[in-house]
Amino acid sequence: MAGRMMVGSAALAGLVRPASAPDPAAGHRVLPVAPELTGLLPNRGLRRGSTIAVATGQPRRSGGTSLVLALLAEASRAGSWCAVVGVPTFGAGAAAELGIALDRLALVPHPGPEWATVIAALIDGVDVVVTAVPAAVTASVANRLAARARQRGSVLVPYGRWDGADVTLQVVRGAWEGLGQGRGRLRRREVTVSARGRGAAARPKEIKVWLPGDGLTRVIPRSAPAVAASATGRSTAGRLRPVVPAAASAPIDPSRRAALALVAPT
Amino acid sequence: MSAAPARTLLLWCPDWPVLAAEIVDGVPATDPVAVLHANRVVACSERARAEGVRRGLRKREAQGRCPQLTAVEYDPGRDARAFEPVVAAVEELVAAVEVVRPGACAVAARGPSRYLGGEEAAAERIVEHVAQACAVESQVGIADGVFAAGLAARDGRVVPPGGTPGFLADLPVEALGRPALADLLRRLGVRTLGDFAALPAGDVLARFGFDGALAHRLAAGRDHRPLAVRQPPADLAVTADHDEPLDRVDAAAFAARALAERLHDRLAAHGLACTRLGIEAVTAHGQELHRVWRHDGLLTTAAIADRVRWQLDGWLSGSTGRAGTRPTRPTAGIIRLRLVPDGVVAQAGLQPGLWGETGEDRERAHRALSRVQGILGPEAVVTAVLGGGRSPADQVRLVPWGDERLPARPVPPPWPGRLPPPAPAVVLPDPLAAVVHDAAGEPVEVSARLQVSAEPARLTVGAARPVEIVGWAGPWPVDERWWAPAEARRRARFQVCLADGTALLLAVEAGRWLVEAIYD
Repeated sequence: MAGRMMVGSAALAGLVRPASAPDPAAGHRVLPVAPELTGLLPNRGLRRGSTIAVATGQPRRSGGTSLVLALLAEASRAGSWCAVVGVPTFGAGAAAELGIALDRLALVPHPGPEWATVIAALIDGVDVVVTAVPAAVTASVANRLAARARQRGSVLVPYGRWDGADVTLQVVRGAWEGLGQGRGRLRRREVTVSARGRGAAARPKEIKVWLPGDGLTRVIPRSAPAVAASATGRSTAGRLRPVVPAAASAPIDPSRRAALALVAPT
Repeated sequence: MSAAPARTLLLWCPDWPVLAAEIVDGVPATDPVAVLHANRVVACSERARAEGVRRGLRKREAQGRCPQLTAVEYDPGRDARAFEPVVAAVEELVAAVEVVRPGACAVAARGPSRYLGGEEAAAERIVEHVAQACAVESQVGIADGVFAAGLAARDGRVVPPGGTPGFLADLPVEALGRPALADLLRRLGVRTLGDFAALPAGDVLARFGFDGALAHRLAAGRDHRPLAVRQPPADLAVTADHDEPLDRVDAAAFAARALAERLHDRLAAHGLACTRLGIEAVTAHGQELHRVWRHDGLLTTAAIADRVRWQLDGWLSGSTGRAGTRPTRPTAGIIRLRLVPDGVVAQAGLQPGLWGETGEDRERAHRALSRVQGILGPEAVVTAVLGGGRSPADQVRLVPWGDERLPARPVPPPWPGRLPPPAPAVVLPDPLAAVVHDAAGEPVEVSARLQVSAEPARLTVGAARPVEIVGWAGPWPVDERWWAPAEARRRARFQVCLADGTALLLAVEAGRWLVEAIYD
């Protein structure tokens, strides 16, 4: 009896999926991302098999890590497994605040000289592989890893210099709010993210988002829906909200529309 | 049923709850001690008894009779745990022990008395062995049946064979251990077990019910219940001895694989699976190496073999561990390997998750991460667990993949002084030294009373060029573990925003500025 039940549930495990997860049978091989970032990506999500690079901005520390975490958050929440390689300074607290499930997130802080082998092994089993790119990576190794990701259907997110990615995201500007001269605290940051790539993503795009946003902010200037944002923003939108949607036609879940906070219409 | 009750040897430790409190909690049993349950004394030490403390007294009455009384709460689990070594000591001498209750255990007297040369000799030998092995005082009674042996043990008597009914006849009815029945019998004029046993059995059953009938049989010395013998726990550990010392990793891995399979087969034969595994190795020079591995799932053959291989790899190569986490290299090859399953659970088949989260994807990810562990070593793949703490680095504990995800500090305390969200995305494992200057170029200092000498204006991290500070907040003091001088930390934290758009978390500790985290 127990054996029969086991067989039955094992068979079900292949059929039953989280409602939010992509359905492979229907051909939607796209992992979800936060609705604010959908405008930047050609498939409105992390297409399985693609390489989505996050370039480090100038100066070096300017919001790239938060952008990587924001890319992972929705997929991780929907049940995907993620791995972060070569980032010994990973801020797990920030990851948890953005909604990443830490029990499905593996960290390999020091891959050492075996970097390429480790990435290849992870691509085999993990849905999203984030990696800091070591200084000396030849184009052939990069191409081989990208091809492996394409074949295995996992998303490679190199963080650093990476040629030949499908999309390259970059933080152009970041400005913190909330800190005065001797008072206040860091509350949120307005970040401008640009995307360029090849194929469908060839046209450069740029959006402004709150990254991290501030679910606790009671007053958002010059915005009527902001009052609603303070009530619902925390539970629905997490810590990430667009300042200006990239395209006016970007379809955004109506339940999250209240969380939008328009700061400066372009 | 007609056969005489089995000759029974019963070992009794007087005042066991008091002794257990001494063994487990360190309450000295030589002082006046009383163990209380529901505000009534259930056991007391010899000195408390001398002061007039008795079983059944209220706590206040007992303290009135003996003001220096130490009151201990009754804990059956503690009693049973403390009694386990005593049972093990008895099992070293005789087989088939029944634990009657914590503090008393019974064995069939026939075997030990023949083996150890007579009943008295056996009793002496067992009492002596228990005293030597566990430092516990005990008494032995031998009679026909467990009930009579228990009563005999209170006097340390050996009742001759067939003399049990006579021995019981003189005892008061309270010895039955049934207060309500004893009270009733006393009011009916039945004062001793002999009087009670003389009543016709049918009438006793009709008047006092089944329990009364059972007590009647016991009082007459007809205790036919066989001993319920304790099953000693199965020995699941597997050991492999090697004549040729193993000093190469591949040879050790080969040995590990065979050993892991043996362990897995043995566990499977008992219907068990292993969640915690102890690996012990002995080198030719007698060095002993031991480590316990935990696993959140069940350890399969491959997982056991992997862990043994990683561990031997670490020992035999004596390197690849960062920050000196590995023990030093042994001076000789390994001659004995032992796998001890530390935590076992009943293996009831793998239960896949209801919504697929723990199903196929999980398996795939586990395989990939285990492979990376095989390439880089077990500590190279970690997951983060959030716990309590005041600084971003304190809140996170990195546990090797597959280990139990337990936070370093519990989350529930309020942790006053922890930083408000958002959390920094980059937490530096080793804080960077920095210098903060004010507008006039003087270093900014924070006094013990948290007074900032001047407004911070420029930040210099290491040898980099100074950057202008455009916004700052603080100082936010943290004074941690001041009661433990070795771990005490007193800091003041600042959030600063630099002209290039970077936001940092700074800390001042003992006059030095540190960059703890970056809001990247």
